[in-house]
Amino acid sequence: MAKTIKEINEKIKRGEAVVVTAEEIIDIVEEKGAKKAAQQVDVVTTGTFGPMCSSGAYFNIGHSTPKIKLGGERAYLNDVPLYTGLAAVDTFIGATALPDDDPRNKTFPGEFRYGGGHVIEDLVAGKDLKLVANAYGTDCYPRRKLETWVNIRDLNEAVLFNPRNAYQNYNVAVNLGNTAIYTYMGMLKPNLGSANYCSAGQLSPLLNDPYYKTIGIGTRIFLGGGIGYVVWQGTQFNPAVQRKDNGTPCVPSGTLAVIGDLKQMSAEWLAGTSMQGYGTTLTVGIGVPIPILNEEMCTYTAVNDEELWTQIVDYGESYPQGKKGSLGEVNYAQLKSGKITVQGMAVPTGSLSSYPKAVEIAKTLKEWIEKGDFLLTEPVGFFPGPETGTTCKPLRERPLEK
Amino acid sequence: MISQRIVLHFPYKLADQPIVHRLVKDYDLEFNILKAYITAEEGGLLVLELGGEEKNYERGIQYLKEVGVKLQPLSQDVVRNSTRCSHCGACVPLCPAAAFEVVPVTREVHFHDTKCVACGLCVKACPLRAMEVRF
Repeated sequence: MAKTIKEINEKIKRGEAVVVTAEEIIDIVEEKGAKKAAQQVDVVTTGTFGPMCSSGAYFNIGHSTPKIKLGGERAYLNDVPLYTGLAAVDTFIGATALPDDDPRNKTFPGEFRYGGGHVIEDLVAGKDLKLVANAYGTDCYPRRKLETWVNIRDLNEAVLFNPRNAYQNYNVAVNLGNTAIYTYMGMLKPNLGSANYCSAGQLSPLLNDPYYKTIGIGTRIFLGGGIGYVVWQGTQFNPAVQRKDNGTPCVPSGTLAVIGDLKQMSAEWLAGTSMQGYGTTLTVGIGVPIPILNEEMCTYTAVNDEELWTQIVDYGESYPQGKKGSLGEVNYAQLKSGKITVQGMAVPTGSLSSYPKAVEIAKTLKEWIEKGDFLLTEPVGFFPGPETGTTCKPLRERPLEK
Repeated sequence: MISQRIVLHFPYKLADQPIVHRLVKDYDLEFNILKAYITAEEGGLLVLELGGEEKNYERGIQYLKEVGVKLQPLSQDVVRNSTRCSHCGACVPLCPAAAFEVVPVTREVHFHDTKCVACGLCVKACPLRAMEVRF
């Protein structure tokens, strides 16, 4: 018998909802079957904790006396440049922003010790940060220079706004070249010396709702240790890809754009991250609750690592040159065994996404729901599914000179 | 037999003395140099795997102390910041000494500091910069 989100919320309010994690549902369905499990379980919680570059935060710093207009000018937080192309004291910082004097990759591989992701972590941690701004001065905003400490508690708004998080599946990165390479997938040893993957697999939010039947615009989620919302499909949303019979894509596919009040988040779940030779980023904790509306949703959430497949991609040549082609398909159980076979060679695997933290997120969200603190939301709009033909296109370059 | 990884700090005055040679010749110990350099601040630094008969090993260590070499186990100098580490596992395939081990069910990453050879590969490769080499 099908349930509605409204009915599930009534059970949550009464403290009667049955909530399990996406790990726990696997055994329940194995034991009882999806039909019976769907009657008993109301919500399945998911989780993921990995580096997500398309993350950032916007904030309003409040007006100084006399007033200053940062808009269109230059401003820095702990030496990291802010985006100022907004109103006078609204700014945005992205996770990959770097101080102007960071050496980057001048001595290769660069270390990228501090950038936008670290600023966001420090801000959430409640540290004082150094704000420096220069402006051209106007009749209404005459001030030219501002240097002050700022703290998140004094900002009018501080909002985490990530245009692309929680990838539905991701490549396994290897290196066929004969020198080590430093990528956003970590350092890859030469000659197939290592293979890095980045997904929570069976706990990953979008792998548990492969056709976006419950996750949509307005879905309330665990975000950075607090409460957030899905606001749109993420950038590079690519639903019309090859999928397995269980509906899950076997290449990177769906993504989420998410938002939430930074002031109620925690630095434990938003960690400034340094990818050697690549740049800075932000490791983000996300957990999405999936309402078990029917047997179909129950079956989706019971997917396990052995049934989730992904592609092995060469980051030495194929990836940077945009060449299509997979070196083979592996499942997450194989990846988690510590070794996979690529071109007849045993290759040790490493993960960039933390599975223990993903488990912790799924359990935390489960507790919030069980306590009645967290109600599910009915999406106000849905993402374009595979049937819409929505695709992620490469850039078609058109030379400026004829 | 005993074999341990140790960090030796030499004052400048010992820089011209064949200390390791004495360990081999007088105390019948085996050594494997993992790292060696001289810094401006504190003189010479040598990371050694040192082994031999237990009695000889103890006498060798006693000799080092007597001539003025400061020493400590390598495991005290290579440290994981446990609040920073997320147990992602990015370090696991990079470590040449297999010092990181993933526990199968929980997926937690264990660091066996006794296996560590202090190469430092994990320090900069750790996305959350949880590993520290302190010497």
